[in-house]
Amino acid sequence: MSINYYILLSAVLFIIGAVGVMARRNSIIIFMCIELMLNAVNLMLVSFSTLHNDAKGQVFVFFIMAVAAAEVAVGLAILSMIYRNIKNIDTDLLSNLKN
Amino acid sequence: MIKLIALVPLFPLIGFLINGFFGKKLSKGLSGGIASVSVLASFIVAVLAFLELEHSTNKSHVVELFSWISADTLNIPFEFLYDPLSAWFLLIITGIGFLIHIYSTGYMHDDAGFSRFFTYLNLFVFFMLLLVMGNNYLIVFVGWEGVGLCSYLLIGFWFKNQAYNDAARKAFVMNRIGDLGFLLGIILIFVSYGSISYGDVFSRAGVSSNAVVTAIALLLFIGAMGKSAQIPLYTWLPDAMAGPTPVSALIHAATMVTAGIYMIVRSNVFYSISEVASETVAIVGVVTAIFAATIGLLQNDIKKILAYSTVSQLGLMFLGLGVGAFSSSVFHVTTHAFFKALLFLGAGSVIHAMGGEQDIRKMGGLKGKIKITYITMLLGTIAISGIPPFSGFFSKDEILAHTYEHSKLLWVLGMIASMLTAFYMFRMLFLTFFGKFRGTHEQEHHLHESPSSMTIPLMVLAAFSVLGGALGLPEFWHMPNWMSEHLSPIILHKNPSALDHTTEWTLMGLAIVAAGVVIYFAHAMFITNGVLPLESEEKMKPWQKLIYNKYYVDEFYDAVIRKPLDLISTAFYKFLDLQVIDGLVNGVGSMVKGIGSVVRLLQSGNIGFYIVSMVLGVILILLFTFII
Repeated sequence: MSINYYILLSAVLFIIGAVGVMARRNSIIIFMCIELMLNAVNLMLVSFSTLHNDAKGQVFVFFIMAVAAAEVAVGLAILSMIYRNIKNIDTDLLSNLKN
Repeated sequence: MIKLIALVPLFPLIGFLINGFFGKKLSKGLSGGIASVSVLASFIVAVLAFLELEHSTNKSHVVELFSWISADTLNIPFEFLYDPLSAWFLLIITGIGFLIHIYSTGYMHDDAGFSRFFTYLNLFVFFMLLLVMGNNYLIVFVGWEGVGLCSYLLIGFWFKNQAYNDAARKAFVMNRIGDLGFLLGIILIFVSYGSISYGDVFSRAGVSSNAVVTAIALLLFIGAMGKSAQIPLYTWLPDAMAGPTPVSALIHAATMVTAGIYMIVRSNVFYSISEVASETVAIVGVVTAIFAATIGLLQNDIKKILAYSTVSQLGLMFLGLGVGAFSSSVFHVTTHAFFKALLFLGAGSVIHAMGGEQDIRKMGGLKGKIKITYITMLLGTIAISGIPPFSGFFSKDEILAHTYEHSKLLWVLGMIASMLTAFYMFRMLFLTFFGKFRGTHEQEHHLHESPSSMTIPLMVLAAFSVLGGALGLPEFWHMPNWMSEHLSPIILHKNPSALDHTTEWTLMGLAIVAAGVVIYFAHAMFITNGVLPLESEEKMKPWQKLIYNKYYVDEFYDAVIRKPLDLISTAFYKFLDLQVIDGLVNGVGSMVKGIGSVVRLLQSGNIGFYIVSMVLGVILILLFTFII
């Protein structure tokens, strides 16, 4: 199968993720979109790694997954604290520090 | 012992550290005891080493301690030179320094800063020892600056009095001016000879042109002018009387002011080569001698009289150096150290008895009340006035004899200076100890002899002042002039006296007669006729006013140097500092503030906006890299 399909799929996934991050206000959704973008990149790495017969890309994927897991753990903790304080996770309401 | 000569400066350094760190926790007895014992230990080492040097044939020992500065061609080891000159100075510094320490334990006994005082005193001795022991000009310079620092600390010891602080600052600044000359001299020495170690420099001194040697000699002399208070840098010394009296004794007798003499004797090669430089030294010396002596005539502060006397005596020493009589000047340094320390400590004892009074107009008739002080001070006064067989006579006469050989005019001026000395010293003595008591009733009631910690040093110094002349008896008595023989290894071009004995006898006779007449005159004036110093300035004749106000030299410096400098710096402050520099600095600040107030608006706190701008930024960067 041509590599182009993989690139195309990855690009589509990435754009969906990016648009989701930009357009949505719900923090959880934004998180999920970020995961989507990360996975788009992972897909890209895996495909090219197979193409070039080189394991480096796969190793990077593991790193990204580990970091993403850590990020989600921290991020969700922050979100749950925010929710406890203001009973909401809408990002537009989170500009209080401005004042 | 010579191998262990580094112990000599080490002991006072240890004393300084102990008192400096733990002084406040120590009792007064312990604090003063440690300081005194450390100097005594140095003195003992110095004496033992001195005896060894006397009996050895090798007269110059270099003790290398460690490599100090080493960069490219510059290589300066930290090493001490032990030869007859440094050996002799070590004895003076530690010996008299020790007596002054002992005296201070009595004099400063009720002072709150007791341990601080001994800290400084030890440090002072340490730096002075470093100065005379160094084997190169850089170590000398370290010691040189160190004694400058200590004099600042000690003159301003009673720092709650603003006038005293000013005096300390004045001493510091004046010395700095001289130090600049000294430093330039050292740099010129290094540039000319590629080394600053004595051995290297002196052996090559003749190689360079006369102009270079003259420049070096004059620059070094500028340094000496500052330290040893010669015209025009002498005005700090009388003001230095603000410090406690033992400090005055230490500065004037054993340390600091003799540093200039030491340095020039050490560098005698340059002065032997350069006629111009040595002539300058002689003229500056004799002018200072007369100038300061005339000011001494009308001073009323007992310590200030002694201060001007020191300036004047130092002038005589420089006269000796200028005419090539190096060993005579060291001889005079020695005898002067004895009797000037004695006189200062005696004056301290008088001040102690009078409860802090320093004005001789308010003294008088102390003779019977404080006997030991009176007798020792009388001996000191006779010694400084040049009456045989007291020590001052021999050293002064030796300098004057050499001067006579060199130039008759300088000799006449030197004679006048020493006659003036005899006059003002006896004036001080008569006004202080004779006649009726002129102080208040309480002061009279308070009069008492000082404790033995103060009187014993006085007696020891008095004995030295009387007998010290034996160190350098005139050659025609067929006795060896010990001092000139002792120093002969380090003085390269000797100046043997070419005078025949009849002339020498005549000169000596003249000096004795002159001193006698002057003292008789002073006696007639102050004892027989009971003349007292005028109470107020208004009754003075114009010439008295002129002298009483020290020729207005301070005022002159004020008008010519300080005021213009003040004006220039005010102008610079108002324009350059306030307008240009502050404008620049504040301009940068307000520019950043201005930009910030605009850019600040971009921070809305809106996450969506941030993300959109981030993505747009990434896209832009990508586009940019593609295009390029």
